[in-house]
Amino acid sequence: MVTLKELTTEELFTSGHRLCAGCGAGIIVRMTMKALKRPTIAVNATGCLEVSSTIYPYTSWRIPWVHIAFENAAAVASGIESAVKALSKREAWNKDVDVIAFAGDGGTFDIGIQALSGAMERGHDLVYICYDNEAYMNTGIQRSGATPHGASTTTSPAGRVIPGKPEFKKDLIGICVAHGIEYAATASPAYWNDYITKVQKALDVKGPAVIHVFSPCPLGMRFDSDKSIEVARLAVQTRYWPVYEFERGRYKLNIKVPTPKPVSEFLKVQGRFRHLFTPEFQHEVEVIQRWVDENWKRITSLCGEA
Amino acid sequence: MGEEKKPGWKTVPIGGILLEPGSATKYKTGDWRAFRPVIDTNKCVNCLICWIYCPDGAIKRLEKHVTVDLDYCKGCGICANECPVKAITMIEEKR
Amino acid sequence: MSKLIGLTGDEAIAYAVKQCNVDVVAAYPITPQTIIVEAFSEYVHNGEVKTEFICVESEHSALSACIGASLTGARVFTATSSQGLALMHEMLYIASGLRCPIVMGVVNRALSAPINIHGDHSDMMGSRDCGWIQIYAENVQEAYDWTIQAFRIAEDKKALLPVSVNIDGFILSHALEGVKTLDDKAVDSFVSTRKAEITLDPAKPITVGALCLTDYYFEMKRQQVEAIKESKGVISSVNEAYEQISGRKYGIIDTFGIGDAEVAILCLGSTAGTTKYVADSMRKKGFKVGVIKPWIYRPFPAEEIVKATENLKALIVLDRACSFGAPYNPLCSDVISALYQAERELKVINVVYGLGGRDIAPSDIRGLFEEGLEVSKTGKVNEPVKFVGVRE
Repeated sequence: MVTLKELTTEELFTSGHRLCAGCGAGIIVRMTMKALKRPTIAVNATGCLEVSSTIYPYTSWRIPWVHIAFENAAAVASGIESAVKALSKREAWNKDVDVIAFAGDGGTFDIGIQALSGAMERGHDLVYICYDNEAYMNTGIQRSGATPHGASTTTSPAGRVIPGKPEFKKDLIGICVAHGIEYAATASPAYWNDYITKVQKALDVKGPAVIHVFSPCPLGMRFDSDKSIEVARLAVQTRYWPVYEFERGRYKLNIKVPTPKPVSEFLKVQGRFRHLFTPEFQHEVEVIQRWVDENWKRITSLCGEA
Repeated sequence: MGEEKKPGWKTVPIGGILLEPGSATKYKTGDWRAFRPVIDTNKCVNCLICWIYCPDGAIKRLEKHVTVDLDYCKGCGICANECPVKAITMIEEKR
Repeated sequence: MSKLIGLTGDEAIAYAVKQCNVDVVAAYPITPQTIIVEAFSEYVHNGEVKTEFICVESEHSALSACIGASLTGARVFTATSSQGLALMHEMLYIASGLRCPIVMGVVNRALSAPINIHGDHSDMMGSRDCGWIQIYAENVQEAYDWTIQAFRIAEDKKALLPVSVNIDGFILSHALEGVKTLDDKAVDSFVSTRKAEITLDPAKPITVGALCLTDYYFEMKRQQVEAIKESKGVISSVNEAYEQISGRKYGIIDTFGIGDAEVAILCLGSTAGTTKYVADSMRKKGFKVGVIKPWIYRPFPAEEIVKATENLKALIVLDRACSFGAPYNPLCSDVISALYQAERELKVINVVYGLGGRDIAPSDIRGLFEEGLEVSKTGKVNEPVKFVGVRE
């Protein structure tokens, strides 16, 4: 646990980036930078964070930062981690260096899942942070494997026949845990203390660690920019986004939600679900509520809370 | 911006590498703002909630209260929305 | 000092890499390159190298990891073939664009479809414009020698470009040859360890892979044009230094019998061996024929080829790949551009051969020389692009 006053005022991710007003990724990266423990190298998959933070000739990064492509953040991070080891062996690089990879849900759930799987299987010592804004926001809000059921995106629009995305969200943590890694966790920027603590834990793990953090997106989820943290909090308080961690074989529910709000509270503040609040598609809200309840049951039972 | 002479291929560092860390601070995003946060320093309890939630690092910590760096604040309003003591008001930016 | 060892082309490349103080190898097996990965794995598992070996899950990740490692300041090697190279395609451009001096062994193999595992140049020709220095070896000895030289070429400050060392699939990759190897110390002092000036050292943070829009992208590409052009001088000086330690002379192009030849065949890789053999036997019978073999395909040896063809009356360019829909095939297109630029009106025949590993026999080559001699007499080319060894 940390207190805000203890956190460094140093901004390793500086002002002057061009993420949208109220962007969750900006908040998440600032918090991540405040959690660093050692000299760190960052890898960034193609996406909002990448394009907005390094528009030539400007960069918001004060730590070494690399962007290669969309699908390979984990592979690039593997190479960097191995190189640091090799250079330490020949004493060209005598440093204890951490490697963090940032990727959105596109770069993680979909196009980048193979590289992530490979890196986890090989056991590279790196922290992989998926900031999940639940669609390909960078290219203009197309559905991803992380987009929830019912959400309207430009490739899963709220049509007259199909009301938004028919499929449900992938279980990223389940996929990661199945690789036998030591640490995996979900988080929400609204719970800054939980998130920062998790980044620090993940950095201390020898081997791959994954953090899956909800990233509110005013533009793509369609809400006013001042509501970013509010939406991220609602995601947790409605049990839509369970905040838990897996550590050396044990699951732990980090944020208990004894009296959850109905998921409609989370949905109705976002334009991407507006079409579900019509008589025609009202039943979809129930479908989502059932998914939330089932998922919560599954997670809490893993955590020994059920 | 835009008027300064840009370096040619013979002088620009190779491979598109940027050698100056944090150079984005030269790019002021304050002019994106439609609403400006105004902090009532009498109400501010310096809890730093706005500071940690600011996506732009535009909240600056002072000894007794916080202040806003208007060079970078994009006016998203998260600070005002999250302030537990309602010390921040968003007012329309008039330029 | 020099030791003769029986090695296949793949083994020779792996052996050279073992001697070159490589920090990181990230590679994925694919026929006929697999032996390189396997041989190197043995070195790692037997403690013969200190290299960090990453057994990646695909070629795309292989080159991605290599780029990350190279930017960190490591000396890096990978190897691939065919579909693997095609899968790397996106990363090939990024490796050169970020100026990563990666060395890659490419065991040339046909591209699908239909699937075929044998040697031709379709894979590398499909990547010819990706900004890599491209070397073609004629035999296993050359594969060994060029691999060692490749690290110095790639890492030279004037180049800082990735280098591919190409060998013909199966023909060289699996052919056992006596290779004159250098001793470890000689290679060590020739290649030393990589000393990169700009790295991902947290003490001096840099940003790599920024978004360059209309205002800067073009400048970066113009730099690459210059870098690969200038790399020719780097290659030549590395060749000279290598001759000092090995006694073997390399250059931008290799020629045979070109002094008095009227007709020559220009080709890449192992086919040059057969072609030299045929040319030699024909020259003994008084035919004025010769061979031109570019060792370096990128940067393209335009001046060298123009000079080598000075006294020719006809030139036959062999392509082991197709450029579908183009007037000529890849190698010949470049040769003709070079000749046109030099205002030379040399008669050229473009011959496509050996696709999917089909053999080209000495008799085929003799036939081509004879056709060239006929053109040199009549000054008439009946069929500017033809196919040898394909059934009608």
